[in-house]
Parts: sequence; C-alpha cells; structure tokens
Amino acid sequence: MTRIADDHKGTSHLLMGNEAIARGALEAGVSVAAGYPGTPSSEIISTLAKVPKEHNLYVEWSTNEKVAMEVAAAASFAGLRSMCVLKQNGVNVAADFLLHLSGSGTRGGIIIVPCDDPGALSSINEGESRHFARLLEIPLLEPGNFQEAKDMTKWAFELSEEIRNLVMVRSVTRLSHASGNVIFGELPKEAPRAFFKHDGFILDPMEGIVVSVPVSYRHGQQHEKLKKSIEIFETSPFNIYTGPDNPELLIITASVCDLYTREAVHILGLQDRVGVLKLGTTWPLPPKLMEKVMGRTDKILIIEEVIPFLEENVKILASELAPKIGIKTFFGKRDGSLPMAGELNPDLIISVLVKIFSMRYESMPSSYAEKAETYALKAAPARDLTFCPGCPHRASFWSIHNVLKMDNQEGFVCGDIGCYSLATLPTGFMSLKTMHSMGSGTGVASGFGKLDQFGMEQPILSVCGDSTFFHSVMPALVNAVHHKSNITVVVLDNSGTAMTGFQPHPGLKVDARGNEAPNIDIQAVCEAIGAKVKTSDPFDFDGTQKALFDLLEDKEGVKVLILKQICALSPEKKEKKMFEMSVNIEECLGQSCGCNRLCTRIFRCPGLVWDKDNQTARIDEAICTGCGVCANICPSGAIKKEEVA
Amino acid sequence: MEKTKLSFDPFNLIITGVGGQGNVMASRVLGNMLSHKGFHITIGETFGASQRGGSVMSHVRVSSASSLSPQIARGQAHMIIALEPIEAIRVLMTYGNPEVNVLCNIRPIHPVGVISGELDYPSLEDAKAYVTELSKSAWFVNATDRAMEQMGNPIFGNIILLGALAGTNLLPLDRDDFKMIIQGDMTQDKVKINLDAYDMGMEMVKG
Repeated sequence: MTRIADDHKGTSHLLMGNEAIARGALEAGVSVAAGYPGTPSSEIISTLAKVPKEHNLYVEWSTNEKVAMEVAAAASFAGLRSMCVLKQNGVNVAADFLLHLSGSGTRGGIIIVPCDDPGALSSINEGESRHFARLLEIPLLEPGNFQEAKDMTKWAFELSEEIRNLVMVRSVTRLSHASGNVIFGELPKEAPRAFFKHDGFILDPMEGIVVSVPVSYRHGQQHEKLKKSIEIFETSPFNIYTGPDNPELLIITASVCDLYTREAVHILGLQDRVGVLKLGTTWPLPPKLMEKVMGRTDKILIIEEVIPFLEENVKILASELAPKIGIKTFFGKRDGSLPMAGELNPDLIISVLVKIFSMRYESMPSSYAEKAETYALKAAPARDLTFCPGCPHRASFWSIHNVLKMDNQEGFVCGDIGCYSLATLPTGFMSLKTMHSMGSGTGVASGFGKLDQFGMEQPILSVCGDSTFFHSVMPALVNAVHHKSNITVVVLDNSGTAMTGFQPHPGLKVDARGNEAPNIDIQAVCEAIGAKVKTSDPFDFDGTQKALFDLLEDKEGVKVLILKQICALSPEKKEKKMFEMSVNIEECLGQSCGCNRLCTRIFRCPGLVWDKDNQTARIDEAICTGCGVCANICPSGAIKKEEVA
Repeated sequence: MEKTKLSFDPFNLIITGVGGQGNVMASRVLGNMLSHKGFHITIGETFGASQRGGSVMSHVRVSSASSLSPQIARGQAHMIIALEPIEAIRVLMTYGNPEVNVLCNIRPIHPVGVISGELDYPSLEDAKAYVTELSKSAWFVNATDRAMEQMGNPIFGNIILLGALAGTNLLPLDRDDFKMIIQGDMTQDKVKINLDAYDMGMEMVKG
C-alpha cells in the first residue's frame, strides 16, 4: 500500500507503528539495520529489507540478537548510522554486549529498538526493556503515537551522535502493530562512506580504540553524556503538557498509554480538571521540566504498563524536589490503583479516574450488559489456540506423543518459545513439559540427561525450530555432546522463522534482502558436533515413529531427529492443496466405532469437524489445507485423500 | 480533499474473526480507503500467537481530528463486522450497545473445543437471534460460501464483507478508492477478482 521509501515530503500515509519507525530510520539516513525476528518487532526489519536497492542499505536477519547488536555496532564504529531491532526478550540476549558497548561509546548514530509486549499478547512473559536503559546508563525515548514513532526514531540518531553513545527507542505491541497517519519528512541525499579510525590517541572517542577500559575513566565520560542528555530533554518537543494551569490531578504518562489516557479523560469529560504530561524522554527524567509541571498540583497519577519504572523515577525526583514543590499524593501501581501485570486500556484508566474523582460511569446500559453476557456465555464457546490446519507440528507431536506413550517410561519433552509452544496445550497433545527462553529446551534437556547418576531413567527429548537451532540451540547441543548427555533433540524444521512471518535464517539459501546466500545444513552441523542424526518427514507417521523409536532405544549420548516439512502458511505452500480430502460417511462409524472419535476428539485439526446431525466426521472445505495427514489416523479408513493434479 | 461528514466522529468499527480469515488485510484496506478520503485513521490489532486459531480483532477508528487510542473503550463500537458469527456475539459482550450495527458472515468456524466435543456451538438461528437482539441493525451474509463458489477461495469473504459495508452506507466508502488501493499490490486479474468480490458484497446488503 504505502511505499516506505517514497520521496514525497509532507504527504500523509497510514502506517503501522513499525513501518513508521522504519521510515524514521530512513529519514535519518540509516545505513545498516540488523535484528532477529520477534513479535511485535519484526516488521521494522522486514520493511527496511524491502527498500529498493538504489538506497544503499545493508539489512540483515542476524543469527541472534547479540550478533545483531554487534553487527550494528560495527557500522557505528565506522561512522555510519545503524540500528538493532529486537523484541524485549532479545535485549536479554544482547545484554552482555550492550553493557560493554555503552561503556566504550559509539561514533555514527546508533539506536536499539526493543518492542515490548505488555500483556504478553505474543510472548511467554511480560519482560521490560525500560530498566535496561537505566542499567546500561543510556537515554530512553518512548514514542506516544505513530507520528512520534517516525519523528523520535529520526531524532534518536541525532541524539546518539550528540552524546556519542547508544540510544534506546522503545515501542510496545499496541504501537508497533497498530496503524495511524504519519506525515513523511525528507529522505537524505548523501551517500555515507564507511571507515574505521583506530590509530589516534588511545582515549580519543572518535579516533582511538573502541573499548570500555580504563573503566573508571570511560564510565565517568558516560555520565557526562547522560548529563548532556538531560539538558537536551529539558526542552524536548516530545515532552508535552496539556490541560489547565492548575489541574486537580496531574497524570504523567508515556508511550501508547498516552492515547489510552486521552481517551479516558475525553469519555469522562475531565479535560478541565485533569492535566496530562506526556513524556517522550523517559530516562533520565529532566528535573527542571518535572519541577515545573509537578508544581502545578498536589495529586499525581502515573500511568504506565507492567513495572512501575516511570513511577519510581518520578518519585525519586519528587522527593529531591520536595522542598520546592511540596509533598505530593501519588496514585499508580505501588498504591494498587493500577495493576502490576497485564496491559492497560482506556477502560482500566476510566476506572481509576472514576475512583479518584468519585464519579459514576456506565459504559453500557446494565440491562444490555446482562443480556450480552448471557448470550455470550450461551453461544460464544471459547476459542483455544491451536496449530493451524495443515501444520507440520501437529503431525510431529502426534508421533512424539504416541512414541512416548508406547515407550511407556514417562518420557517427556523440553521446549521453548515458538509456534511449537502450543504443544503445552491439547493441540500438541500436551507433550511439552518445560518451556522457557529461546533454545532453552535443549539446554534443560542436556541437564536432565545427566541426572541418571541420581537414578533418573525417563527418556528425555527436546524440541526446537530451525531458526531457534541457529539462534541458541547450537551451544546447548555442543554441551550435551561433550558431556555425553543421553537426550534426543527433535528439530522441527519448517523452513523459515514461521511464527513471526517467514523471515529467512542461516539454514536457507536466501537472506533478508532476497539475495542468494550460502545455507548452513542443520544435519551436517549436528553430525560435525558429534550427534547421531536421522531425518524424516513428519507427515510420514510410520517412518517418523520408527526413527524416533530407534533413537530412543540408543542410550548413548546425543541423538537428533530432524522433522522436515514446510510451514502450512508459508508463501510457497499457502493456497496449494496437495490432496482433496473427504470423509466417506458410510465408512465412518462415528460413535459406534471403537476409536472413540480419535480424529476429532484427540487429533483436533480445525479442518476436520464433527457433524452432529450425521454423527460422523466431516471435512470443512473452507479450512482444510489438504495436507492429507488425517487420512492416516482413521482406523476405519473413512478419511479419503485424493491427490490434486 | 473534501471530507464527508461522519455519522459519529470518531466512528468506531471492529472487524472480528478467526486467525487466518484475513481481517488484518481487510482492516488495512478499509483504513487506507478512509485515509485517502482525508480522515485520520487508527487501527489497533492483535496478531502473532492469536493468529493460531484464536479470535482476532481489529479496531478501526475514523476521526476528522487526530490519531486515537488503538483500543476502543467498552461499549463504544458503532459498527461490528464479524467474519464468523459467534465472534460477533463475543465482541458485542464487550463493545456493544443498543445503537451498534452488525454485519455478520454466517459461516461457522468451529473452535477446537467444539470439534473435540467439550463445548457446544449454537445453532445459526440462535446466533442470528442474539446478534439481532443486541444490535440496532444487523445484516447477515453468506460471504464464505459465495467466495468459495464464485471466487474459488474462501479468503475473498473478507472483501465481500468490505463491499457489504460500503453497501450499508454507514461510512463514506468509494469503490474507486478500493480499486486504487489494491492495485498497488496486485496483478490485474487479482484486482478484477477483488472488485467482483467487493461488488458482490455491495449487492448482498441491498434490498
């Protein structure tokens, strides 16, 4: 729809928050962008990867976030503008390098853009990036709307060059994945050249060596940079106060919470009683500005998601400023006005304001609300998450589940975050028993595998995706082989970083920009490390289950089973049925079959439904992708597959 | 660009459905059509894990003034487009009010809990009756089946519903804007099939 590299200054475009961030980087003249896919951050790099080649950009999906940060840092050292993009969890992965980078300082403007996921809409935790800014002692910027997502990203590069250090621009799901109108600025015309100066005076930040030592000297310098940031923040146009001169209540907020706050204030008609300070520069806070605004009133409500980061920083300043501005009454997370967990929305803010102002508010007539709730309870059955129709993971976990059951030694599977996390649910036959950070299934399995000396005899499996394999499984696999840990690693290879939208990874023959790239073969890597490796197609139940049995039988060291089948949503597979599926209702014995509705009760593919009227299984043609797998599970052979020509 | 007046300013619309039905695409096309008319559009949506068979919802807000909260407050929807009937009921529970309009595709997608026999799916008559009772006006269309019959692919159900939305005249939607927006990303034959779906939707709510 919108061409992100359009050179029409002043035109308005409907952009996703992530696209706005990408445009901001382009307007800043970014040369290098690196990242690792993770919801809700992925579209920033994907958007930049599609920028036409005449813009001299280097964009890569790195092996993991730490490497992405290092790649971006190199560009900065060579004088270019660069960025690293990741979801919050990725900041944890990159943290070790980040602490050294903020200590050594940088040259060309460089920003880190973490996208947090309050409410864990697409995550398995509610991790926060903001406190990393304080830990790393670098400035933190938080755009509050779509235009700011672009404008602040652009400005962040300038700030980074002003202080010669990394700057964090933090987004959240409801900004990254929401869309709004953005007015384009100009794209730069210069073509920067890269050169790394390293022969100057050793302590020269622009020509010496780039290191974080001597630590006390460089760390002191870093604090001078922070002081400079504070001076700049005092007059930043991204910190905006709106409301009466002396409001009854001052709200201090940032990020997308500002939009929720405005909505709530508007719905309650409190514009004349409430003032809102929307901060764009949230760490370190500018004390003069805070003194001026906090001096307007005695009651302050701080609105933010998850941890009380802003609240604590405001309170530190408020106690330092108390002799000048007086003692304030605070509302926020620490007094229980707002929840510590989960994302916010306008309704939660409405309920806080209603309490503070002792108001009455009814969001819908109570008779309507009662009726709507009754009908929803009666007629809107819950929709649990499930593997997609045709998903190779359903087939893989079917085999894993059946083999472990038949093996009957209480074996279990360790996993991590990915689409296959759904195997904690009935859709994956509840096979997954531990689930933590990227690649952790294999590390945890490696540990379990050494517990035999304490009497543990259960078979131990781990699963990982193909992209995860390169991201963080390889070190765990090396560990397991070196320590002769008796485990079986199942690589669910669906040929892409599927969950986040098919970004390429080192196992594929293509890179982020669509260029041909040398691929690294997972099987060859595993063999080189010293594991015993088998490969199978998960759609072939017999072959897969036999291979898995054989590997489990082998009690010596590390075994790897690679289950290779392309994701059902992948562009090459989507909308192409391999088989036309049908259920022969004469052959389907329904409830009277001894199978106890194996196909719909246990296998539960959304494309295969239970026909209440006929008391048989039935294919839902609007959903079925024609993978053909379910034909193999019906003991009566009633599910038919016919190859599509 | 001349702005047509909105019946409500902001106008709050929700597109709801099940992961894979294309409601993200529908909300973006709709947003671009109205953005082209000069309105400020805000779209809030959830995707990622929720796409895997879960309920998916886009909040589309049309304003003559500014960007707004990407989440609509409770009870504040003016229009709900449901790509799946029980999702209409689910959304009405939180965002409905006696003045809301509903445009509803009648093709069910059974949740896995229903497929496995743990939960019950309502009869179409009941679902329609509940939606009708909870709304000011309700339109029911068989978009998925028509898309499969005429376009050979159920995914065009979302475009049929966009056309139907245009047919309700509740928002200033322009077929030429639709054409212009999809043309940027599609081949000529794809554009034609999308226009056919749009026109079919418009017809379905007339009379």
